[in-house]
Amino acid sequence: MENINLIIPEITLFLGICLALMVGVFFKNSFSIVMKLSILILLGVIYLVLTDWGGEQKIFLDSFKNDKFSDYFKILILVSSIFIFVSADQFIKDKKLNKFEYPIIIMFSILGMFFMLSANDLILFYLGLELQSLALYVLASIDRDNIISSEAGIKYFVLSALSSGLLLYGCSLLYGFTGSTNFDEIGVSLITQNTGAIFAMVFILVGLAFKVSAVPFHMWTPDVYQGAPTSITNFFAVVPKAVGLAIIIRFMDLPFKNIIGEWQTIIIFISIASMILGSVAAIGQKNIKRLLAYSSISHMGYALAGVATGTVSGYTSTIIYITIYIIMNMGTFACIYLMKTDGKYSEKIEDLSGLSKERPMLAFSFLILFFSLAGIPPLGGFFAKFFVFMSVIESEMYALAIIGLLTTVISAFYYLKVIKIIYFDNNKVKFDDDRNLSIKATIFLSCLFLSLYFISPSIIGSLLNELFI
Amino acid sequence: MNFPILSTIIFLPLLGSLFIFISNKKNENSSAIYISIFTSMANLLLIFFLWYSFDKSFAGFQFIEEKNWISGLIKFKIGIDGISILFIVLTAFITPICIISCIISVKKRLNEFLIAILILETFMIGVFCSLDLIIFYLFFEAGLIPMFLIIGIWGGHRKIYSAYKFFLFTLLGSVLMLAAIIFIYWAVGTTDYTEIYKLKIAKEYQYLLWLAFFSSFAVKTPMWPVHTWLPDAHVEAPTAGSVILAAILLKMAGYGFLRFSLGMFPIASEFFTPLVFALSIIAIIYTSLVALMQDDMKKLIAYSSVAHMGFVTLGIFTFNKQGIEGSMFQMISHGIISAALFLCVGVLYDRTGSRMIKSFGGVVNYLPNFSLIFIIFVLGALGLPGTTGFIGEFLILLGAFKINYLVAILASTGVVLCAAYMLWMAKRVVFGNANNAVVTKLKDINFLEATILIVLCLVSIIFGFYPEPLLNTMDISVNGIIQNHQNELTVNLINK
Repeated sequence: MENINLIIPEITLFLGICLALMVGVFFKNSFSIVMKLSILILLGVIYLVLTDWGGEQKIFLDSFKNDKFSDYFKILILVSSIFIFVSADQFIKDKKLNKFEYPIIIMFSILGMFFMLSANDLILFYLGLELQSLALYVLASIDRDNIISSEAGIKYFVLSALSSGLLLYGCSLLYGFTGSTNFDEIGVSLITQNTGAIFAMVFILVGLAFKVSAVPFHMWTPDVYQGAPTSITNFFAVVPKAVGLAIIIRFMDLPFKNIIGEWQTIIIFISIASMILGSVAAIGQKNIKRLLAYSSISHMGYALAGVATGTVSGYTSTIIYITIYIIMNMGTFACIYLMKTDGKYSEKIEDLSGLSKERPMLAFSFLILFFSLAGIPPLGGFFAKFFVFMSVIESEMYALAIIGLLTTVISAFYYLKVIKIIYFDNNKVKFDDDRNLSIKATIFLSCLFLSLYFISPSIIGSLLNELFI
Repeated sequence: MNFPILSTIIFLPLLGSLFIFISNKKNENSSAIYISIFTSMANLLLIFFLWYSFDKSFAGFQFIEEKNWISGLIKFKIGIDGISILFIVLTAFITPICIISCIISVKKRLNEFLIAILILETFMIGVFCSLDLIIFYLFFEAGLIPMFLIIGIWGGHRKIYSAYKFFLFTLLGSVLMLAAIIFIYWAVGTTDYTEIYKLKIAKEYQYLLWLAFFSSFAVKTPMWPVHTWLPDAHVEAPTAGSVILAAILLKMAGYGFLRFSLGMFPIASEFFTPLVFALSIIAIIYTSLVALMQDDMKKLIAYSSVAHMGFVTLGIFTFNKQGIEGSMFQMISHGIISAALFLCVGVLYDRTGSRMIKSFGGVVNYLPNFSLIFIIFVLGALGLPGTTGFIGEFLILLGAFKINYLVAILASTGVVLCAAYMLWMAKRVVFGNANNAVVTKLKDINFLEATILIVLCLVSIIFGFYPEPLLNTMDISVNGIIQNHQNELTVNLINK
């Protein structure tokens, strides 16, 4: 008998989704009740994941693996999803997106991510990926009467399907050349001389790079970020990115661990390209969501720099990076929810001008968040970059480190531009005085974390220390 | 002593700014004024007490505090020696003056200004206290945020351009230093300065690392040719911003050269001395000539700052006692005198809204008290004996003559040029006839302005006649630096 306990969080999540679906179908105007139920379900799943937080265990012919690494990411995506649900609540209602499908689809994508994170087998991994992607396609176009949102959905669907196809092709090649779909077995039998498998590695890497929107597979990001409703963008910016990075680390650490020389060059290239393009292309942006899209591309570049080292400390630094990145983005998007004049949401950066006079606290939050995104000490974003470059220089990859550090200067320019607009320019638009407590709590927690992180910068690191043992 | 006095003086201003932040009300700033004055004065008293209880006969670091910070990697380590204590005193002394000056002249958003200045004080004192390179970098960089806001929010009409230039120039220099610091961590195994000092960095690494640190400090000093941000930043910054920038932020680079470049990379420092000398000489002569042609008083003082900092770098890289002590003295003297000059320009600017030399003239007839003080500081800036300016320049030139006549003679021309542009400016502003009807209606300085200017004036003159307390404090530490430098060079020669 298999130890079914391992998969209880997934089962609970699935049953919870079904329950929520039933409630949604049989009650009228059921959005808020489904929403509350979903938050409860996610909280319950957090509890379940935490209770069997522990050592590595495998079930179902070693195709499903539960370890601290996957548990950590599960907690991360659950917590951030709850924050998104809570802080985007008002936005969803204002935009009339309050259909009960919205939380349910998000939960389906989370379920897919759970399987991706725990997969120890190509087939299970691919199934999880497809479940997640399908849900994301729908999410991107959830504002179906809005032409930009539909366009974003189509764009995301076409490109993502293509990348999934490439990834699947890579998986099949990998199976063909190594004779197994199990990560551990592939890891053992894969050697540098196996040219076919290296082809497979490239295909899989392309598919994964698409999911984290690394250059040159980033084309969808700005359009989808801009087109999708802000709450969905918030989800896109945070959760699938974290999972994508986790999967890249998983693949590099397990099946591809013997061909490090081969994939390292590719990841270094992707990382440098993302850092440069993300920082240069963001300079001209006028829409704050587009700006954040390019900013996220460059952030993925930094996070991948940690992966490129191929060492445990590098992987750890990437996980620290993505954790702090998530916190910064949660805060920033929560601030964007407050950019509202007369009930209409605004996305133009210039609408922020002179914000510091009308809404000093909101402006101050933007200040902390954007300086943190730019990586200026003593804010949290600096330490994220610091740990990454620490491990990059440890691996003696000096060119990567220096290019990365120089691009932080370029990217500082456009973050400064937003701060300049907020603090130095004269007031134009007056935002509504919002008394939404949940948004403010999200911003407050995020800013508090970022500004106090310097007191004990090793807090995430020490949590992660056990992950790779 | 177990009381963590250094942490207290670092974080007390931050606490004060937090109080202001909490008590922040719109159009109500009396509480902010009281809190900020109280905090900065309390900090000043604490630091005087620190200076008093500082052991001047001990060469190493004192008041060391150590705490685990990033577990297993980096310790939060602070401590002071005879060099850093003087900069801390300078910082704590200039901050209340800045606060009073912005109470006088800042009209909008005073609370935020005071918060920014207090936060900046925390970072500046932190820079001078830190004994760990990462902590140093943290404080060094963090100062950019408040300064960016000070220039951008309260600056003049080209404030945005200047704020960007200031921020990006400095950041660009510093990221290379960050790379070097991380490299040192992996090469030596620690970023604790006292440990690195003992363990030594291998010779082959020193050259590149020195250049990386140099890139950061050269921008901050600022040395020619990366000095261009300074005139812009100074001109556009509000008076208090200029004062902090000139008096303290520039000194962080001089301090960095002295502490880190010399202490950690003695061989590379020796190797790159000709480069530093060349850049310093160019800075002294070229920026003095540029200063001659300025119409804007603030710009003139900014260029004179570049020239004066040229003397400082020159003195530091003479590696002898006269040169280094002269540089230290010059930095403190420049901190006081340039701060005072900016305050004087601020006085005129507050009254007329102009900083142009040509819009004044004959000021002495209408603002006699102001003119007296202004002339004293002008003379101080050009190094008149009896002011602190003289002792600094004199010692630096003494040190320079010891090692290289050509450099010393070229640098001496800077003294003459400095006298030329300073006196010419003073002549056009203070003496002669009023070019502008506005000048005739001006009121003389009020009580607060007079107080801060007279305090600065007294300090400059007292230490000009009796420099012993300052020299005495730094003496042992400077000797330590020189000793270490010579030992290293000897070891290097033997190894060859």
